[in-house]
Amino acid sequence: MLNHILIRLVRAFLTLMLVMTFAFLVLRLSGDPAIILLGPDAPQDAINAFRERWGLNDPLWKQYLAYIAQVLTLDFGVSMRDQVPALELVISRIPATLAITVPALILKIAIGIPAGVYAALHRQSIADRGVITLSIFGFTVPSFVLGLILVLIFAVSLGWLPSGGQDSWKHAILPIATLSVGGIGIMARFSRSAMIEVLGQPYIRTAMAKGLSWRDVVWKHALPNAAVPIVTLLGFMVGSLIAGAAVVESIFSWPGVGRLIVTSVANRDLAVVQSLLLVIACSMIVANFLVDLGYGLLDPRLRARRAAH
Amino acid sequence: MSVLLRASGLCQRYTTGKKLFGKPSTVTAVDGIDLEIHAGEIVGVVGESGSGKSTLARMLLGIETPAAGEVEWQGGPMPNPATPEWRALRRDMQLIFQDPLAALDRRMTVANQIAEPLEIHKMLPRDQISGRVAELMEKVGLRPDQADRYPLELSGGQRQRVVIARALAMSPKFLVCDEPVSALDVSIQAQVVNLLYDLQQEEDLTMVFISHDLKVVRNLCDRVVVMYLGRIVEEGPADEIFAKPLHPYTQALVSSVPQAGTGMKGRIVLQGEPPNPAARPSGCAFHPRCRFADAACKSQVPPLMRDNGRLAACLKLRTLPFQDEKQLTHA
Amino acid sequence: MSLVSIRDLKVSFDGVQVLHGIDFDVGKGEAVGLVGESGCGKSVTWLAALGLLPLKATVSGSVKFAGKELVNAPRTTLENVRGGRIAMIFQDPSSSLNPVQRVGKQLIESIRLHRGLNGAEARAEAVRLLDLVGIPSASTRIDLYPHEFSGGQCQRIMIAMALAGEPDLLIADEPTTALDATIQAQILDLLARIRAETGMAMVFISHDLGAVSAVCERAAVMYAGRVVEQNGIQGLFKNPRHPYTVGLFQAIPQLDGPRQRLQPIHGTVPDPRHPPAGCAFSPRCARASDFCTSVQPGLVRQDDGCDLACFNPSAHAIPAAYGSSAMISEYAR
Repeated sequence: MLNHILIRLVRAFLTLMLVMTFAFLVLRLSGDPAIILLGPDAPQDAINAFRERWGLNDPLWKQYLAYIAQVLTLDFGVSMRDQVPALELVISRIPATLAITVPALILKIAIGIPAGVYAALHRQSIADRGVITLSIFGFTVPSFVLGLILVLIFAVSLGWLPSGGQDSWKHAILPIATLSVGGIGIMARFSRSAMIEVLGQPYIRTAMAKGLSWRDVVWKHALPNAAVPIVTLLGFMVGSLIAGAAVVESIFSWPGVGRLIVTSVANRDLAVVQSLLLVIACSMIVANFLVDLGYGLLDPRLRARRAAH
Repeated sequence: MSVLLRASGLCQRYTTGKKLFGKPSTVTAVDGIDLEIHAGEIVGVVGESGSGKSTLARMLLGIETPAAGEVEWQGGPMPNPATPEWRALRRDMQLIFQDPLAALDRRMTVANQIAEPLEIHKMLPRDQISGRVAELMEKVGLRPDQADRYPLELSGGQRQRVVIARALAMSPKFLVCDEPVSALDVSIQAQVVNLLYDLQQEEDLTMVFISHDLKVVRNLCDRVVVMYLGRIVEEGPADEIFAKPLHPYTQALVSSVPQAGTGMKGRIVLQGEPPNPAARPSGCAFHPRCRFADAACKSQVPPLMRDNGRLAACLKLRTLPFQDEKQLTHA
Repeated sequence: MSLVSIRDLKVSFDGVQVLHGIDFDVGKGEAVGLVGESGCGKSVTWLAALGLLPLKATVSGSVKFAGKELVNAPRTTLENVRGGRIAMIFQDPSSSLNPVQRVGKQLIESIRLHRGLNGAEARAEAVRLLDLVGIPSASTRIDLYPHEFSGGQCQRIMIAMALAGEPDLLIADEPTTALDATIQAQILDLLARIRAETGMAMVFISHDLGAVSAVCERAAVMYAGRVVEQNGIQGLFKNPRHPYTVGLFQAIPQLDGPRQRLQPIHGTVPDPRHPPAGCAFSPRCARASDFCTSVQPGLVRQDDGCDLACFNPSAHAIPAAYGSSAMISEYAR
């Protein structure tokens, strides 16, 4: 088990280094930050001074080494635009994002899983078809379309809710709704197929042949087994808690991490983008680790395989 | 008869559970096998799961490189995998498995499946291929109207016929059948076994037939090899080995075959679990389940001993029941 | 009076009939074999009787257990019979146990349900049952998961679970098919021993005539959703009458005598979507007449006590496959 954790830590570190390298390359090769930030009409002197200030005149490999050295000392630099430490800027935006993504995740779990399980237990019924149709709608309609439709209905036509901003809990309702609809659809579809798969397994027949009530068969034998694949999807959703709201935050002018991504990429604000990527990658890695722990708790076979390592 | 294939000292090990620190654990699947296969004979390989029979087959075919020992094909060494010589040899050697559906492409018609190897190896001019396919189909007992069917539209027995036709397309010299009839019903099993026998006769094939079904092996094969935990424990002519098994394991195996109408009386029921290659017992690997084992069996690995053209690996061979006591010499 | 009596049981899946009216009885304490090839309906019969078929199956006819009707019975009736009165074990023992639950918990679940035992008492009973079916060091291994046992041991655990309800009848659906030869023998031995100790009745479903004869007193042969022959083991094995039964015996290669060419039954099992007219076996039968291909024979009691569904049965004689091999051509070599 200790071995297993060690392997994971080494892998996590390698993943982070890869992400940081990728970020560096893409951003440096896709445009000159000096021109983007200062504007194409900026005087050459100003541009030169900016380049000198941020070390943009050095050869690429030198910039890269300097950058990696910084990263390894946990120094992520200062925002080129706002002149504040980049990592602090990113972290300061996290609570706002979590304020909408966490409630959305809870909705996905609380509505998606029961709907999927119910549909699986009542296959071919009207409820099952309803769940399938709604979930297809949920994950095929893009969030920017859904967001705009919701704004049109609830903010513009009915005037019940504000269309943007972060002043009260009412402002959070539309972003949360927009965020959760697609996830509920995916979760419902996924839970349904996981459950159908499990219900066809021989051990379910054994449980029935034992004389257990249908309720016990479902709760004690089917659900614990169906939970294993559901946890995978859940891990993915947890991993995108921080970064998954870029579009929705932009639509509703919600000052979270997502909007920071959009603006800092547009501005080639390298330090901020790199800090963002680091934070996002870390959240993904942590989510993956949680999934792994979840598997271990749910499935003794995986636990055994791991202990053998 | 000339020796087509000779294996000497074949061993195969697999590594499981690689660790970041410390030694990886290895499992010995095949542990020192010497075997000669003569041109034109059918050799049966029997043994339970974990006995290493499929691993042995893959090494005989040259698909797997042994960890130790070597395989000679027609007097020369087996070429290394993926070399041109090795690729050329693939035509001479064919493998048939238990599950025909897994061996066939579900989206290809029967005729195309059989034609595929001919096209890949450019064995025939294009215009002669369809004639050859029709001939092969007839040979394995498929009707001409089944040429355009897909594997899922056929029964299990018919699918196995398609696999056999495809294997024969290359006119191989050596055919390995790994549990080819285990997934089929009894009445269909007999059809496929008879087909394999007729083809072996007509095409002058040399065949290795792996099966857990002793009754089929006895009636089809000339010679039988009994394996236990990666070793040969007994070898001999098919009709003798089951009529008069020497090794206690073979005796139990023969006795475990339910005979119609005899009930459970007089059957040897082996205690203990099937062999696990990851936990090989010391000495004779069979000793924990053997009725005759004593202290010597726990410490000494018995060699294969020759007795009247029969070979068995057991320290207690002289003292076992139904045993001719003469003619025991070291092999 | 029989323990279970099945009358005119019919099953169809999505409109395709797979069971064409089965009549079958199991007496108290009796061991009956149900033999046939895949798809003949031998498992479906008992899954239907216990209401374990998927919802798309349509079941009609009657299955009476101790006077109670089970076909299309309310869920609670079936739940009371399952496990407690009629227990069932299956072909693939390793996947028939819940992989994420300790075997002890699964076993105790049955004990609690059918015997009302709890806590330490239930656990002690679980250990006793595991011991009874031959799981070594049961008191410690009770807390292991199914994947930590071999296939043979999983089947033993399944048997222990079946015994937990002290059933009157055990349905063993191909219990040894997935196991190695020496382990098959162990499980057959265990089933025979447990039946002798508890006196419960058993239905042994198998395609292996040898295994059936080892543990049963009587057997029925099924073909394409019908029982075609039924007799005591001695009668059935010494004197099979239906050409299909004869064919099955002949198809089994022998372990003694001279080496022989195998005797297959020609052709294949009919597609249940397009059943042949008349007797379902007629297209494969050497004895079939025009009558056989137009009229369906019913299962009729013969003078010797054998139930037979055939217009042209084999004569009273020891069949070639059993005893004499004169009729069978040997491999020419």
